[in-house]
Amino acid sequence: MPAIIQSALHPAGPQAASISHLWWLMFWTCSVVYVVVIGALLVAIRRRRDEGGSTDERSLTRSVAAATGVTVVILFGLLFASVATGRAVASLGSAEGLVIDVTGNQWWWDVTYENPTPSLQVKTANELHIPVGRQVRIQLKSNDVIHSFWVPNLHGKMDLIPGRQTAIWLQADTPGVYRGQCAEYCGLQHANMALTVIAEASDDFERWLVAQRQPAPPPASPEQQRGLEVVERGPCAMCHTVVGTSAGGRTAPDLTHIATRSTIAAGTAPNTRGYLAGWITDPQHMKPGAKMPSTGLSADELQAVLAYLETLK
Amino acid sequence: MTEGIADDPRLEPSALAREARELANTWSEPRGFVGWFSCVDHKTVGVRFIVTAFGFFILAGLLAAAMRLQLARPDNTLIGPDLYNQIFTMHGTTMMFLFAVPVVLGFGIYFVPLMIGSRAIAFPRLLAFAYWMFLFSGIFLYVMFFLNIGPDRGWFSYVPLAGPEYGIGKRADVWAQLVSFTETSGLAVSVCLIVTIFKLRAPGMSLNRIPLFVWAELVTAFMVACSMPSIMVASGTLILDRLVGTHFYNHAEGGDALLWQHLFWFFAHPEVYIIFLPAQGIVSMIIATFTGRPVFGYIALVLSLVATAFIGFGVWVHHMFTTGLPQFGTSFFTAASIMIVVPSGVQIFCWIATLWSGRVRFATPLLYALGFFVVFIMGGLTGVMLAAVPLDAQVHDTFFVVAHFHYVLIGGSLFPLLGGIHYWFPKMTGRMLSERMGKTAFWLLLIGFNATFFPQHILGLMGMPRRVYTYPVEMQWGALNLLSSAGALTMFVALSIYLANVAISLRRGAVAADNPWGASTLEWATSSPPPPYNFVPAPTVGGRDPLWETRADLPVVVGLAADTREVLVTRLMDAEPDHRKEFPEPTVWPFLTAVAVGGLYIGSIFTPWAVVWGAVPCTIALIGWAWPRKGNRPRSLERQIAHRHRTAAEHA
Amino acid sequence: MTRWLALLLVAMLPLAACERESRRYRELPAASSRASSTRVSDLVPGQPASSDLVLSPYQENAYGIAEGKRLYSAFNCNGCHAMGGGGIGPALMDSKWIYGSTPDQIYSTISQGRPDGMPSFGPRVPSQQIWQLVAYVQSLSVQVPRDAESGRNDDMNARQPELRLDRLPPRNTGHR
Repeated sequence: MPAIIQSALHPAGPQAASISHLWWLMFWTCSVVYVVVIGALLVAIRRRRDEGGSTDERSLTRSVAAATGVTVVILFGLLFASVATGRAVASLGSAEGLVIDVTGNQWWWDVTYENPTPSLQVKTANELHIPVGRQVRIQLKSNDVIHSFWVPNLHGKMDLIPGRQTAIWLQADTPGVYRGQCAEYCGLQHANMALTVIAEASDDFERWLVAQRQPAPPPASPEQQRGLEVVERGPCAMCHTVVGTSAGGRTAPDLTHIATRSTIAAGTAPNTRGYLAGWITDPQHMKPGAKMPSTGLSADELQAVLAYLETLK
Repeated sequence: MTEGIADDPRLEPSALAREARELANTWSEPRGFVGWFSCVDHKTVGVRFIVTAFGFFILAGLLAAAMRLQLARPDNTLIGPDLYNQIFTMHGTTMMFLFAVPVVLGFGIYFVPLMIGSRAIAFPRLLAFAYWMFLFSGIFLYVMFFLNIGPDRGWFSYVPLAGPEYGIGKRADVWAQLVSFTETSGLAVSVCLIVTIFKLRAPGMSLNRIPLFVWAELVTAFMVACSMPSIMVASGTLILDRLVGTHFYNHAEGGDALLWQHLFWFFAHPEVYIIFLPAQGIVSMIIATFTGRPVFGYIALVLSLVATAFIGFGVWVHHMFTTGLPQFGTSFFTAASIMIVVPSGVQIFCWIATLWSGRVRFATPLLYALGFFVVFIMGGLTGVMLAAVPLDAQVHDTFFVVAHFHYVLIGGSLFPLLGGIHYWFPKMTGRMLSERMGKTAFWLLLIGFNATFFPQHILGLMGMPRRVYTYPVEMQWGALNLLSSAGALTMFVALSIYLANVAISLRRGAVAADNPWGASTLEWATSSPPPPYNFVPAPTVGGRDPLWETRADLPVVVGLAADTREVLVTRLMDAEPDHRKEFPEPTVWPFLTAVAVGGLYIGSIFTPWAVVWGAVPCTIALIGWAWPRKGNRPRSLERQIAHRHRTAAEHA
Repeated sequence: MTRWLALLLVAMLPLAACERESRRYRELPAASSRASSTRVSDLVPGQPASSDLVLSPYQENAYGIAEGKRLYSAFNCNGCHAMGGGGIGPALMDSKWIYGSTPDQIYSTISQGRPDGMPSFGPRVPSQQIWQLVAYVQSLSVQVPRDAESGRNDDMNARQPELRLDRLPPRNTGHR
């Protein structure tokens, strides 16, 4: 797996950078305040004083009032900084541009690239590709419970609430692979509901989009043919879709281009033959409580399916 | 009011001793098995609240230890997702509903009547009922947990995850009814406290002479009364949705999942101030005593308590900043959440001013108060960060928030509580806690706490969300998690030493005098532990720090009957004596009512008919409770206050 | 003494609620080997055989019933059976059972298919999921304990939630 950074302190886009600036401003301000107040406390308890107490109430009142005044001023400053950052971030979204629909399910992400022409729409799962340097609008819906879309390198999080549509703007300024994770407790496998955002140059992105629009290639070898048969006639087709075949289930991730994805099971494991075999045979071992059942495939059925899935680029 | 009676014969030592014996007889609690269930003495009930709450604290702490063990290493398989989800839900629910609120109310129940110079708390039977409801709620929750029906949807139980479609089984219903139990208990206690503080104060204790802890409890009780109805509505509608098929949270039929969040957080944000304000009161008391001067800025402190409570009702949406609410609306809540820092800041400055100008004695209670400063202020500052919507969008629902609220709750509430126990243990038990063990426990706790929770700020910023049962090794969160778990182990050791101190000192601690710390408030004016009737004779006050204003001619109250439970009721503003009231004898009906109500609540998890049929035993129990007792004698309204010369020997 | 007795009773209680609340993700090994020789008719020559009341694996399990409900909608059982009221296919929430109401019979109805339109899902749906569907179908006429029933859906409701339905004892009617 490539080096993963899922960190709010390593911004790779303007929204995250803006928030990161606000963070550092608040961090240093609060650190200074903390040191000053605790310092005053330590001085207060360490002071030597005479029997009767030399500090009169009036000077104490002045000090407390002054400290309160300074507090109010600092707080106003932070309030202003916060609202200003909020408005700056909100103004970054642009009216046109790429729109991606992300629908949250227990425990995976359904991704659709919108297009007025239906045949040009792209459907994938758990992975987004975005072009570098362009604002992308992510429209968020949920099919079941509340989830939260969070890619810290790029922006804060936005909840996916059933019955409502929310949206978030993202932009990546550096190409790279950014990991995100569901950030609202959504049940048994909330911990294993990750997603990947791959930011690439515009040309690479267009190429990817064109490739994703293609249906699945026909199987080349007899084993792949066998694999396709198992997929179409066995349990896979009840839930999964492979465009170009008769597998048209809609309750599980779209597998048409599964071989291009870097992880499986919403980021739980890398997309290698071994992990994929383990996932198909016994999903409950890797992700206990996941909605995918044990498929009960025999050993050569499994090999055939793996061979076929590897062709789905 | 000041009829000049130089030496009233009722104030002779022998007469007082006789009165004390009679009072002890009248006010004593019944013995035996049935007697244990009939107790209405506020001190006994207060101790029960505190001890029971700490029992739940230990259980919740063990659950936390389990969580930290699971999270100590990446990809750990010690605890699976289902059990982990139940554990973190139980930990949060126990700490918030079964420990934090009952323990601060418990301190109020024990000390408010003593601090205001009263013989009893108002509505003692209602108080006893509140305790039994609290006890039953905790037993109910843990029995359900052991039956695998423990709630597993988080302590805030968001819908639709806790709703009828995705909240499978009865677990979410158990959560909802636990809330009903504890809120009934809390509301009952708040009524008792408000009426006690308003109507049972010693003559002369006008509103501006009330001890700060009592002010804190008063404001807290009002917050309880105003916030808990919101969550009763929330949990009631959740049960209706789940059990009956209503659509409060079903968007397709006109409801809204976000409604839950509004209702819940409208309660839950004031809830954290309910947990925090009494602890601020304890800090005021400790700092006053251990600096030997009245706390600086009494009026400012009182107004800060009230301001915090008011503003605290206007910040709840800061828990919902990532739900897509309009920016204009959320800005109001940012402003309010930042503004609420000001009253807390004023309090901190006043306390520092007190420490600055007093003579500091470094006993263990003061150490805990200082620990409060160090820990709570950091939590408050991270709170300011969370009030900023853009920053909250990054760190909401991550370990940053977990670190923040543990800093404010443990620093702001637990540290003062532990200090308060050291401070008041002599009064409650007649024995002193060991200073050496106390200081050891304090330092270990401070170090362990920071080791546990400081790294979690960093983990949150590094992308670790909360409520995850495991995390991948590639994220490189393992080292900080291991440090956090090591800190948790240290906290465990520290708290064990603390509890051992309590257990050992109960038997072998040094015997405590009436006022071992030289404090100024009225609870120290009676024996350690106090007699069942609290004071003889009933005191009056002339200032804020009665025991430091050694006015030899301070009046006392005589003429209250010693053969019935008679209490002096005074007026609201200036505590002028108003009338005498006879208080109820011990009775088992509050316990039986709690059993009946508990049965109704538990039954309604399984069928709506439980509400109908369960009302029958409730009605019977309430009738038994309210049945008039024989022996109510009318009394002539006779008020007498005598002057007496108080000598050192008579200073009881 | 009474204290210990009470503790012992409480300690024995876990046996009671275990089944409803357990979450069994993995397939029950025994389940997949059942339903081999299922009778479609109750008619036997001579004396009727003693009926042994066998429960379906998830009949008392809230998680299994909830999963069955999810699969009912995911596999489009709604298309013919609606929300249990029937349409193209027969109603599932009434007392009339054409092909038998025992768990094994319901399993084989789903797995083998039936004449006049019920597809055979056997090759397509793993047996664990078929058992979950069986439990849900049973819950539509309240053959399952009331406290294991599902609540209402979080979408438009076409009928009462399952836990408010009436319990209807099954009648084997055949195609009448």
